[in-house]
Amino acid sequence: MILDAKIPQGPLAEKWSKHKFNLKLVNPANKRKYNVIVVGTGLAGASAAASLAELGYNVTAFCFQDSPRRAHSIAAQGGINAAKNYRNDGDSVYRLFYDTIKGGDYRAREGNVYRLAEVSVNIIDQCVAQGVPFAREYGGLLDNRSFGGAQVSRTFYARGQTGQQLLLGAFSALNRQIHEGKVKMYTRTEMLDVVVVDGKAQGIVTRNLKTGAIETHAAHAVLLCTGGYSNVFYLSTNAIGSNVTAAWRAHKRGAYFANPCYTQIHPTCIPVTGTHQSKLTLMSESLRNDGRVWAPKTKEVAEKLRKGEIKIENVKEEDRDYFLERKYPSFGNLVPRDVASRNAKEMVDEGRGVGGSGIAVFLDFRDAIERLGEETVKAKYGNLFDMYYQITDENPYKQPMRIYPAVHYTMGGLWVDYNLSTNIPGLYALGEANFSDHGANRLGASALMQGLADGYFVIPYTLGDYLATIGPKPVDKNHPAFEQTKKDVEAYVAKLLALKGNKTVVEYHRELGHIMWEYCGMARSEEGLIKARGLIQALKDDFWKNAIVMGENEEINASLERAGRVADFIELGALMVEDALNRRESCGGHFRVESQTEEGEALRHDDEFAYVAAWEYKGDNQPEELHKEELVYENVKLTQRSYK
Amino acid sequence: MSNANGTMNLTLKVWRQKNAQTAGKFVTYKAENISPDMSFLEMLDVVNESLILAKDEPIHFDHDCREGICGMCSLYINGRPHGPKRAITTCQLHMRSFSDGETITIEPWRAAAFPVVKDLATDRSAFDRIQQAGGYISVNTGGVPDANEIPIPKVIADEAFNSATCIQCGACVAACKNASAMLFTSAKITQLGLLPQGQPERYRRAQSMVAQMDAEGFGSCTNTGACEAECPKEITLTNIARMNSDFFTAKFFKEEEVHEVNHG
Repeated sequence: MILDAKIPQGPLAEKWSKHKFNLKLVNPANKRKYNVIVVGTGLAGASAAASLAELGYNVTAFCFQDSPRRAHSIAAQGGINAAKNYRNDGDSVYRLFYDTIKGGDYRAREGNVYRLAEVSVNIIDQCVAQGVPFAREYGGLLDNRSFGGAQVSRTFYARGQTGQQLLLGAFSALNRQIHEGKVKMYTRTEMLDVVVVDGKAQGIVTRNLKTGAIETHAAHAVLLCTGGYSNVFYLSTNAIGSNVTAAWRAHKRGAYFANPCYTQIHPTCIPVTGTHQSKLTLMSESLRNDGRVWAPKTKEVAEKLRKGEIKIENVKEEDRDYFLERKYPSFGNLVPRDVASRNAKEMVDEGRGVGGSGIAVFLDFRDAIERLGEETVKAKYGNLFDMYYQITDENPYKQPMRIYPAVHYTMGGLWVDYNLSTNIPGLYALGEANFSDHGANRLGASALMQGLADGYFVIPYTLGDYLATIGPKPVDKNHPAFEQTKKDVEAYVAKLLALKGNKTVVEYHRELGHIMWEYCGMARSEEGLIKARGLIQALKDDFWKNAIVMGENEEINASLERAGRVADFIELGALMVEDALNRRESCGGHFRVESQTEEGEALRHDDEFAYVAAWEYKGDNQPEELHKEELVYENVKLTQRSYK
Repeated sequence: MSNANGTMNLTLKVWRQKNAQTAGKFVTYKAENISPDMSFLEMLDVVNESLILAKDEPIHFDHDCREGICGMCSLYINGRPHGPKRAITTCQLHMRSFSDGETITIEPWRAAAFPVVKDLATDRSAFDRIQQAGGYISVNTGGVPDANEIPIPKVIADEAFNSATCIQCGACVAACKNASAMLFTSAKITQLGLLPQGQPERYRRAQSMVAQMDAEGFGSCTNTGACEAECPKEITLTNIARMNSDFFTAKFFKEEEVHEVNHG
């Protein structure tokens, strides 16, 4: 099967506007005859649900949390990019497009990325109109800061909680539509399957997490806005509840999963302290505006530091290696995330790591505090410093932060075309749940941008075209596919509840995380990946024999919820390993040790791998089939990325 | 404070309740070999893992982001919402704040408007309904002015931001002897009421949100200030004063005139 991305013809800058004109419209009186399901209420889901309801469609929205506002977009700290050029520093739509394509290591579609850059400016306007309190200057206008992979200041921010403020904006728009009766909201409800009728998505099956009731919902289209799958690594910066279940079940119903091995390891997280740890906490990339990353110049100094024989403040200037500034003088501490992460790992591998475990490097604010004063630093990063202090009991105003990379975001996801449609008509994927815009590495402050672009400014246009094509005839909920899918879900839940072994689901999750981090993390080799393949299969077999799932279906049952999610993560982990094995090149967040330059930088093989790898599910324990979507570059010349 | 092994042994008195219809009770558990570096919720994870291995039902509690921003975690710990430390949530509380040998009492939020869902989890959907009643600026997607066409003095923007930091956790209600939701509701009203974009609906918003707050069965405010003291985001009582001002201002006008007031 040839995958058609449906990128419009014509010059890059005209693609989206021409496409919008060519898309069919649904007349205002007919819109109320259509039902649309939106799963997930983060930035993509809340903005899509609100915008579609404003247009007049009937929307049913779902989230597994107790309120839509708790979706994990809430935790994004640093900011959101937009090509406003308010700083007069040379920014433009084309430059944001170019930086994003380059940052993604030339593995994203030109057409999608240009559209993202184009609508970025509208997002900021929309959020301000909703009352999102972005940072401002004394003149009353909006402030900006810099993020990695860019030489302009285009990031808008709201202290260290941009995600919460943007989500509250989208949530307020959603609340208004709930009040108007145009959105029916289901909280504490989890999607467990998609109903496919004659090849089209026409509904979902959900489980009410309070009562256990398994129900079907019908609609003309289903939008999955269910986030990423970083929790396949057990430890990540994602919320505990973040999961791949909705996307994975859709995959098992035929939706292709694209580039699953592309994961982002964020360079500045608080290092792991012990096996009890349940999640990792990110320290925003914005800290690299003023913080300087360093490690001791020699193993000897590092060892003395670890043993407490010398104090950090007594490490002489010539014994400190500001390795990012040294290796990448033009971008310095603001190199993209994949580059910063790999370099930190290199320091640790060389024995130059710090902290008790030796698995960390420093992020130092000494010079910034000297230059700007403690008050200014506090105003910019106060809440992040507090958060660090709470977790580590160390004061970052007095001593450098210890940081180490952690899994943070997944660029891979459900395959979608330019219209955000998966290969199943009527099934759409938005935000982090799709694979579309970040290639092999996402630039900082671009996730919020993409989630809101998809929800506010893309899907309201592209969905209308599909709905106009299929017509407003009500969906037949009596079709046997609904009952059958519900039965499948009930059988699966019963199968989980029958597991009465001797090992907790959390232990399986932790073991899966170890395998993924060790063999499919920051650096991957053929040998390691083949080993991981066997380990995951063994883990899966063991899970279905020896896991313990407590309680019953007809109650709140966190044990059951977690079991379903971990079972899906195990299957996804196996696919990630296959995808990583197939891609015998290094690109962005995917670093194959067999493919590097003499200087140890990622080496791509454009002649062989300039494609999107979209995987088709073929049944339990069957190898998945690879479909390739060739990436065509008409505007950008593919070069080896350099941030020197 | 840990023992000689660098760990802690604790006794937990935990509220267990099957659902809102069933009576609950305290059950005592041991939490052993707890690291002071664990978060409070990680300590509960450890207890739950051992309960599951013993085929006992694990303790149910709400949690998600575990970094103090989603507002999902709650817990009334030793008589205080989010535990003994100021300006943090339960997920940010670490065991180093407790001592080896200590007995810790853990309860759900207690308020009629927050019925218990199970054990330590409560139903806080009343907060969502208060916001649905008017906690927004009525703009549709698209067709809005350029972001920099609305200059906002930095002091106003910062003040609005302070209110906007509310994470909707409900600690204010749990802390209040009257189970009042005034701090929460007023933070939402204040954020939008301070900003120029929020002016056209300012007084209507105050009226409809307060009406919904009352309908949900929250108590009245008697200016004790426990909410302010326990709020993990340090939302201040000034918000309540601003809300009262907007609420009473609206009372001077007939409903259809409320809209006009803003421009007067």
